[in-house]
Amino acid sequence: MSELHTDHAHDGHAHDEHAGLSKKKIWQVFFILLGITVVEFIIALWAIPGGHMPQHIGNYVYIALTLYKAFYIVAYFMHLKFEKVGLQVTVSIVFIFILYFIVLMLIEGGYLHLHMPLV
Amino acid sequence: MSSLSQLDQVKTTPWSGGRSPWSVEYGKIMMWFFLVSDAFTFSSLLVYYGAQRFSKLTWPDPDLVFQSIPGITDSGAPLVFVGLMTFILIMSSVTMVLAVEAGHRRSKKEVIWWMVATIIGGFMFLGCQAAEWTHLFHEGFGWGKIPPMETLHHLFTGEVSTVSALQFSNLFFTITGFHGFHVFSGVIINIIILCMTINGTFEKRGHYLMVEKVGLYWHFVDLVWVFVFTFFYLV
Repeated sequence: MSELHTDHAHDGHAHDEHAGLSKKKIWQVFFILLGITVVEFIIALWAIPGGHMPQHIGNYVYIALTLYKAFYIVAYFMHLKFEKVGLQVTVSIVFIFILYFIVLMLIEGGYLHLHMPLV
Repeated sequence: MSSLSQLDQVKTTPWSGGRSPWSVEYGKIMMWFFLVSDAFTFSSLLVYYGAQRFSKLTWPDPDLVFQSIPGITDSGAPLVFVGLMTFILIMSSVTMVLAVEAGHRRSKKEVIWWMVATIIGGFMFLGCQAAEWTHLFHEGFGWGKIPPMETLHHLFTGEVSTVSALQFSNLFFTITGFHGFHVFSGVIINIIILCMTINGTFEKRGHYLMVEKVGLYWHFVDLVWVFVFTFFYLV
């Protein structure tokens, strides 16, 4: 393992040029993630039980907030926002398959919902 | 300038060869590709969970199933314990990214300190998960096992369905188990990297790229938890 990486030592130096996040930015992202989670808790423990928001609207809000959190983790913590566009496209475009799979399985689930006897 | 002499000119664009177009180190690209494939595995599990849930008329209500704080109360505190677990994991992601930041400055002492904090966070999360699983086992849940009918009546808001309860139980333990396994291997890898940092391996190497690579893995584990949290505990 170690000899493999000594070959790349110079690449490592080159990499330092686009340096990582500042401490300030790290804590900023942390508070955004924490804030979104708190909002999710307010929806789960107050808005939906209290009848301020119907469950199905709440579900869409949860999913939107989850994707928002995912964006912050991938873009800042995993540093993808600062990588080359080619890498960003490569690791994100394949999720088209997952979107397709979600649609496919929800159709399947909807079909079973209508046609399977209740057990 | 004739068009022929233009052909002789050496191209310098990122994709004309002779350089790394993404300017990312090999190991890091491979880590990204591994994480993409791992994301597919987790997505498949979660999509299947969604399809099952979608197909059923009733499903165990997460607010009723997850309302205990192990060691403190058995009921009446929905989401509190899992909220704590989420906080621990986000927090350990922050300490990991701080370790990476310290690595950029090649500050060995700070890397060690933040790696230790990350490992502690990982163990705390695993401890919480063990406590939660134990509580669910005591209730009667398990792979292929569901609690008796009188308990199930308290876990559904609609009509009780044993098939739904069984699907819920199997998928809950499989998916959180697979995630917990990732956290566990992450902690082990973090410990290895901590030992290498203490030994001065990265200082001799001149860079802390390995810390960045395990950092990617650790953030991915946090990322998966964000989705597991939403689809098992919130929706």
